[in-house]
Amino acid sequence: MIYFDNSATTKVDDTVLDTYQKVSEKIWGNPSSLHAMGETSFNLLEQSRKQIADLLSVKPHEIFFTSGGTEGDNWVIKGTAMEKRAYGKHLITTSVEHPAVKNSMEQLAQLGFDITYLPVDSEGRINVQDLKDAIRPDTILVSIMAINNEIGTIQPLLEAAEVLKEYPKIHFHIDAVQGIGKGIQTAIMNDRVDFVTFSGHKFHAPRGIGFIYSREGRRIAPLLTGGGQEKNLRSGTENLPAIAGMAKALRLLLDEEDQKVAQQAAVKERIYNHVTAFEKVVPFSKLESGFAPHILCFAIKGVRGETIVHAFESHGIYISTTSACSSKKQQASSTLTAMHIDTTISTSAVRVSLDSANTLQEADEFNKVFDQLYQEFSKINKNS
Amino acid sequence: MEYTEIMVRYGELSTKGKNRKDFIARLGGNIRKSLRSFENVEVHPNRDRTHVVLNGTDSSKVINRLKKVFGIQNFSPMLKVEKTMEAVQKAALEMMQEQLKPGMTFKINTRRSDKDFSINTDTMNRELGGFILDHFPENDVKMKNPDITLRVEIRSNGIFLTSAVINGAGGLPVGTAGKGMMMLSGGIDSPVAGYLGMKRGVEMEMVHFFSPPYTSEQALAKAKELSGKLAAYAGSVQFIQVPFAEIQETIKENCPEGYLMTIQRRMMLRLVVELAKKRGGLAIFNGESLGQVASQTMESMLAINDVTNMPIIRPVVSMDKNEIIDIAKDIDTYDLSIMPFEDCCTIFAPPSPKTRPDLEKTRYYEQRIDVEGLLNRALAGVEITNIHAEEQFMNQDEEVFAELL
Repeated sequence: MIYFDNSATTKVDDTVLDTYQKVSEKIWGNPSSLHAMGETSFNLLEQSRKQIADLLSVKPHEIFFTSGGTEGDNWVIKGTAMEKRAYGKHLITTSVEHPAVKNSMEQLAQLGFDITYLPVDSEGRINVQDLKDAIRPDTILVSIMAINNEIGTIQPLLEAAEVLKEYPKIHFHIDAVQGIGKGIQTAIMNDRVDFVTFSGHKFHAPRGIGFIYSREGRRIAPLLTGGGQEKNLRSGTENLPAIAGMAKALRLLLDEEDQKVAQQAAVKERIYNHVTAFEKVVPFSKLESGFAPHILCFAIKGVRGETIVHAFESHGIYISTTSACSSKKQQASSTLTAMHIDTTISTSAVRVSLDSANTLQEADEFNKVFDQLYQEFSKINKNS
Repeated sequence: MEYTEIMVRYGELSTKGKNRKDFIARLGGNIRKSLRSFENVEVHPNRDRTHVVLNGTDSSKVINRLKKVFGIQNFSPMLKVEKTMEAVQKAALEMMQEQLKPGMTFKINTRRSDKDFSINTDTMNRELGGFILDHFPENDVKMKNPDITLRVEIRSNGIFLTSAVINGAGGLPVGTAGKGMMMLSGGIDSPVAGYLGMKRGVEMEMVHFFSPPYTSEQALAKAKELSGKLAAYAGSVQFIQVPFAEIQETIKENCPEGYLMTIQRRMMLRLVVELAKKRGGLAIFNGESLGQVASQTMESMLAINDVTNMPIIRPVVSMDKNEIIDIAKDIDTYDLSIMPFEDCCTIFAPPSPKTRPDLEKTRYYEQRIDVEGLLNRALAGVEITNIHAEEQFMNQDEEVFAELL
């Protein structure tokens, strides 16, 4: 089995699972309890928070635990809207965001907020001048993803940060769900960003856990109110086994990050160089530095993405149509649509997404299967 | 940038006349203490500056420690290079690449104590400036108030380059003012008061009253961890824990509600005075801020202070709570202080303590308890611990957890 769908989710690391289990068995007190069991849990919670903060070179009280990327995105966007609605009702994002961002924005639009979607170029990248032009006196939030989940474009985060330095009151959010551990941490954790969303299961932590970075002094309203956990900003008894597991997974992820990034880039390059030699292949991802090392999106003209996915699956290779979220809806990729790619091509797109555990041997195996499938597809796409 | 040494400049102590030597020696000792965990670091205190030679130690870690040593005005991380123009150029270029942003101005400021070196200060300024300009055509030289001043010091043992001046903690070296006893509760104010006392050169011993079973082990651990935070400014501090439950029970049993707090405070003060006498303390420090709570009115101070004529210094007496909180956040004690554990001041607190206790009545009611015996028993139960900078007490499982994480 070859798993090339790591942007959908990753396998929980064995040692992370071990931590999860040990904490579940031995440190199961409620961190809010006064007694020693609660105290022990509280200490582990805070030590996990500190480890995550240290790994990102931020302060422990700037880390808030969530249930994952969707909650993080929802919280920052709606929390900003609630907190700052008196100052303005204009929010800016890109036209290629994950649905967690896009649909949060849509919901706000229904409530009377005004949303600007920045267009992207043929590589799926926004133009910073467009951002500059979109900013208004009533703008309260700019939300930009670090790495596009469908084709792997890295957005110009540092340039956006420079623009926003002139507007210190605007909240700047980066959705880094696909971005962490991919060699761009300095661009994500830049000196202007206010909020960053992370999701644990994209880096070998369990499902249902994530966190946001929230810059000291910035305020967003809570979405989940209740018992007052997480400084009264995100209530709900802390998911300690998953939090400890995630702290460990993040440490493992960032250990020797450069080497891991190089490994993924090498696998991507080997596949890219192979498949792009074929006439009916249209690549959307590129090899240059403006693209993530782990995502390769391409189309085979005249074959539906779904068909390609299942054909590879029959050979034990797991890839996806452009994103796991949209794959069952039979819609064209929203990123490719925003790039004005014709639907006859965008519905033929598939995504290979890698992890540092993937090898060049797997790439070779993929290429071999590709050759065979390409041959078979020629029966149906001769005239495409 | 891998710096080779850090040059430390003194603050107020430069003006202290004949005490100067003692001050410098004490500061040198304090710097050594705070850098003790870095095996390869050497500290050389001189008349005008102290040189901290890094010998390969990570400069950013050393800098973080030095920021907390009182008596340092500022310091500069320096790069030592061979005594050739090429070496100076190479290092200067590397430093400027890191620091010189588009539009910033700079100047070169050379000092030459080694007059045998062939290039004089003017030539060095001009040639190195020209060299930098060649590589950064977008930047300009500016003599008055440039954004970056690159200092070049030509000494007999090498050429030293520096371009940053980092502010130190100011104040006077801890220990130069003598020893004081700090009444450390665990709240927000007392650690700040302790910090301010240390800033003026006081070697502070932390006195903490604890009342098991009314107060928890966690409250004691918290006071110890707070002491660890303050120890960062002195290398280490002595933590003196005084059992207080019997005294509180006795007062509660025998004295009227309205005077519980006043009499408790008098007993605490007596205990601290005894400890000071035994241990060579010259004054008592506490975190009282005028008008903040019932015990902190001037009438209360009068009634409490009645038991001693040893000076009681209240560094935060006239500060607003918000000002105190700002300092607490700065010195990283705030988050600890607000952890909600009962301390000995909050248990047995009467619902309505007298804000204007009468001195004569206080003395009268206090006769109902055996002051002498209670004091002796409490002093017999005193425990003293030496606490190091940033030592942890709250999370006893840290190492076990580190395995998990």
